[in-house]
Amino acid sequence: MVTENEIWDYMEEVYDPEVPVLTIVDLGIVRSITYQGECCKITITPTYSGCPAMKRIEEDVIQKLDEKGIGNVEVDLVLSPAWTTDWLSDSGRKKLKKYGIAPPENEVDKSVLFSEPTIVPCPKCDSKDTKLVSQFGSTACKAHYQCNHCLEPFDYFKCLK
Amino acid sequence: MNALFEYLLRLGDDSLILGHRLSEWCGHGPILEEDIAMTNLSLDLIGQATSFLKYAGEVEGKSRNEDDLAFLRFEREYKNLLLVERPNQNFGATMMRQFLFDAYRKLFFERLVHSTDSQLSAIAAKSLKETKYHLKHSSEWVIRLGDGTEESHEKMQSALDDLWKYSAELFYQDDVDEDLIENGIIPAVDAIKGEWDVLVRNVLEQATLIIPSNNWEQVGGRKGIHSEHLGYILAELQYMQRAYPGMKW
Ligand SMILES: [Zn+2]
Repeated sequence: MVTENEIWDYMEEVYDPEVPVLTIVDLGIVRSITYQGECCKITITPTYSGCPAMKRIEEDVIQKLDEKGIGNVEVDLVLSPAWTTDWLSDSGRKKLKKYGIAPPENEVDKSVLFSEPTIVPCPKCDSKDTKLVSQFGSTACKAHYQCNHCLEPFDYFKCLK
Repeated sequence: MNALFEYLLRLGDDSLILGHRLSEWCGHGPILEEDIAMTNLSLDLIGQATSFLKYAGEVEGKSRNEDDLAFLRFEREYKNLLLVERPNQNFGATMMRQFLFDAYRKLFFERLVHSTDSQLSAIAAKSLKETKYHLKHSSEWVIRLGDGTEESHEKMQSALDDLWKYSAELFYQDDVDEDLIENGIIPAVDAIKGEWDVLVRNVLEQATLIIPSNNWEQVGGRKGIHSEHLGYILAELQYMQRAYPGMKW
């Protein structure tokens, strides 16, 4: 008999297809797991409304549990409460930096116009002398920065609250 | 008529059609960063459309899902604003269209979060976070280009002259809205209009752009009366499902 804790462990083996160093548990998008009467229900929430990885993640979850011998799986997508970068785990933040993506700073750009962008340290050399190239990066969850010190262009996993 | 269903189509179609318009820029952006930015905006909008249309299908109760609603309706059944079907023209005009829309959407979502309908409130909370980034992006471009070179200024002024008459429809209200407003499902438009005016005028002023003095208001989209442009959009949007009904990939 499988326990819910074991299923949480299995979810640590499912990776985000767009940022493959993070598991879906690191990302904080697995909201709940219940296992009752041989039936497993998993609730996940999208990072962004149009995140194209959600369908893939749902399939990966079902496949992973199938490998573990759990065939009766239901994956529900919920929008509320809305995902925030606060749910990113500490180990997730460390993995991001190692991978070359700056983890979210704990502040959202609040002002509407021409505010000074958030200071994001370079994931390569830790210099704080970096500049925002574009609010919109290679995926919905990232902004594009460049380091003025080592010149490395890098992705910033932008803060969403 | 089911008012909530009708209203959800309006919300979903605004996002869907504008999302499609922005996707037309993919591979054609003036610079790589903006190409990527516009496809990001497009993705957010199409994601929002998915949420609204999915919910619309549930409310309707005729087992139509979000794909059926997006791909298998006729032109007159789309309830989007005329503004969002306006052609992209140049990058400046696209940003002007985006700005007028984003300013409305941000103020609207801020209130929709308090809807008595928990599903609408959830979609609003999710979308609001994204829309704040969109508005920041479009306002900055309107100011940068409006208060830029002679040529960029001229293009932005001409975009504003063209698009302004479609902005009144953002605040269109009819019997579909009335009941929903009374029951606290959607916010009243009047308060949003006041704030929108202040926000938009402030940005346009910084952009050194002049609001056209002609007060003509072009409406129709909310009732399914569209410009000639929507047909072309749908021809492309629906092509696969029309050619190969029910296909999946
Ligand atoms: Zn550096």
